[in-house]
Amino acid sequence: MAAIRAEGLYKVFGRRPDDVVRQLSEGASTEDVVAKGATPAVIDVSLDVQPGEIFVVMGLSGSGKSTLIRMLNGLLLPTAGHVHVGGKDVAELDPKSLRQLRSEQMSMVFQHFALLPHRNVLENAGYALKVRGVDKEARNKKAQEALEMVGLSGWGDRLPSQLSGGMKQRVGLARALAAETGIMLMDEAFSALDPLIRREMQDQLIDLQQRLNKTVVFITHDLNEAMRLGDRIAVMRAGRIVQTGTPAEILREPADDYVAEFVKDVDRTRVLTAAAVMEPASVGHDEYPAVTPDTLLADIFALADQRPLPLAVVDGENRVLGIVNERNLLHAMVSSDAVQGRNKEARHG
Amino acid sequence: MDEWVEGWRIPLGTWVEGFVFWLQDMFPPFFNFLASVLTGIYEAMADLFTWPPVLVMIAIFGVLGLLARGWKFGIGGAVGLFGIQLLDQWESSMQTLALVLGSVLIATVLAIPIGIVAARSQVFSNLIRPVLDFMQTMPPLVYLLPGIFFFGIGEVPGMLATIVFAMPPGIRLTELGIRQVDQEVVEAGHAFGSPPGKILRQIQLPLARPTIMAGINQVIMLALSMVVLAGFVGAPGLGQEVLSALSRIEIGLGAEAGLSVVILAIYLDRVTASLGTRSGLGLSRLVKMR
Ligand SMILES: Nc1ncnc2c1ncn2[C@@H]1O[C@H](COP(=O)(O)OP(=O)(O)O)[C@@H](O)[C@H]1O
Ligand SMILES: [Mg+2]
Repeated sequence: MAAIRAEGLYKVFGRRPDDVVRQLSEGASTEDVVAKGATPAVIDVSLDVQPGEIFVVMGLSGSGKSTLIRMLNGLLLPTAGHVHVGGKDVAELDPKSLRQLRSEQMSMVFQHFALLPHRNVLENAGYALKVRGVDKEARNKKAQEALEMVGLSGWGDRLPSQLSGGMKQRVGLARALAAETGIMLMDEAFSALDPLIRREMQDQLIDLQQRLNKTVVFITHDLNEAMRLGDRIAVMRAGRIVQTGTPAEILREPADDYVAEFVKDVDRTRVLTAAAVMEPASVGHDEYPAVTPDTLLADIFALADQRPLPLAVVDGENRVLGIVNERNLLHAMVSSDAVQGRNKEARHG
Repeated sequence: MDEWVEGWRIPLGTWVEGFVFWLQDMFPPFFNFLASVLTGIYEAMADLFTWPPVLVMIAIFGVLGLLARGWKFGIGGAVGLFGIQLLDQWESSMQTLALVLGSVLIATVLAIPIGIVAARSQVFSNLIRPVLDFMQTMPPLVYLLPGIFFFGIGEVPGMLATIVFAMPPGIRLTELGIRQVDQEVVEAGHAFGSPPGKILRQIQLPLARPTIMAGINQVIMLALSMVVLAGFVGAPGLGQEVLSALSRIEIGLGAEAGLSVVILAIYLDRVTASLGTRSGLGLSRLVKMR
């Protein structure tokens, strides 16, 4: 069973939202209803989030991502459609059960951290447990553990204002982890961070996810981030989901020009070489099919039938420099540091 | 043409008079109760402030000033208040202080909940806005009149007028403070399943505290500005002194009483202004809302 299932979700802001939903479902264009003064933020969205996956929703700013994620935990009620979490229809819960659902099953990480400025780091990390009524001792113990997980042990008695942006978001993450909910909702959780810190946080999330195996709905406007994190990605445009698929599917077969535009950038397969994308490994030179370091990715793809992955990258003296697996290739398609790696290599060669 | 229009006359005055008489007939227990509450609060405070020896009181004020703003202000405040004693206005000043703080207490107790409701309900906020304008701009002498009518002269109509006049900024700044709280933090409260009452107490009020304190500071300043008017309706304190200086054209007494008001005002302003910030040594933490 899906951890979260959304069916035919609509959210319309402005006047007479129900009429607008009817018009849209009868085929009216978004432009028509916008001209009448309505803001359809989410239009006919259906999705299934599987337990244990990182489900990324990607789209430009204003495409309705935040509105969508807020309907998942009932912070916003859908104008039409249903959200089921663990088999329950979120819109049908009474306020108390809804609060219980949020406190016990879904935690949230916010773009601008949303820490309580008058509470120290430990109290912030334990906030979800406090809401749940956990006594102070147990709460502080769990909060401490969560802070350790995100690498902030020893910072418990600082105030949020004394931390850098990256550290604040680690506290935000710790607060969600301490809640020990099966589901984590992350709305542009890393978007406010510097690129380097953002990379670090992404790695940390991947790392944590391998241990904790949560169901994560992650919102971003950044395709690189979506590709790095997502088991599956839903691309949103002007309130609608235009494509859902694995990163590989989206890279290979963008559903429309909008998605293609995101993916386009450069033809990386004709730029990157095996040496630029390989990862270190100690294997024998004949354990895997071998390629030379300067083989273009385009050639690797073209010959994938005869040379199944992974590949060993082997130099002129039959020394194995590293291996190339599917993950390396996909990552290389979107990451800019792989390009830099190639340039470095070109200079050395 | 003009004569014709002159025939038009809304008998508002008659209506209000009729209404006031009707109120007095219908709710005497209510007015008696109100009067005894106000008198009780005033007398308790006045006794509290005038009972200890003057120097002890001055020392207490000095220490409060020190806790609120540091030793310079503590000493300066004590010296200023000692000046009031030297002007022979101590007793009147303490009566005025009781009048002001008693009124401020009631005004605050009313203003904060009203401000909270206004922050949560746009409809309520729109409804009370003209009422607040009315309270602040209607010349207080006008509602002092029915006040005297209901309660006779003394501290009660003075306090009532003070409360009405001084309360609006308390309401406005409470509303503003709560509305200004970072919505994402409030949303975090909801997202983790906190009930609205706890979000109010654990997130909104603490984060709105500086603004609410600025509102209370305003309430105190406005209350002090009503001191002389309260004297007009027989409330004791510095207002009485000013009034008798006026009626007997005693420039000297007027100056002494007036200066005492200024000293009290500056002291109260600086102490309460510091409650909204964390600059003080400890007083702000003592009264920190939890
Ligand atoms: N409370 C609201 N009232 C009116 N319009 C809103 C509201 N919240 C969001 N919108 C509109 O809905 C659209 C989608 O917003 P949002 O979900 O925040 O997009 P994203 O998170 O993808 O940037 C935007 O046009 C935004 O202006
Ligand atoms: Mg957003």
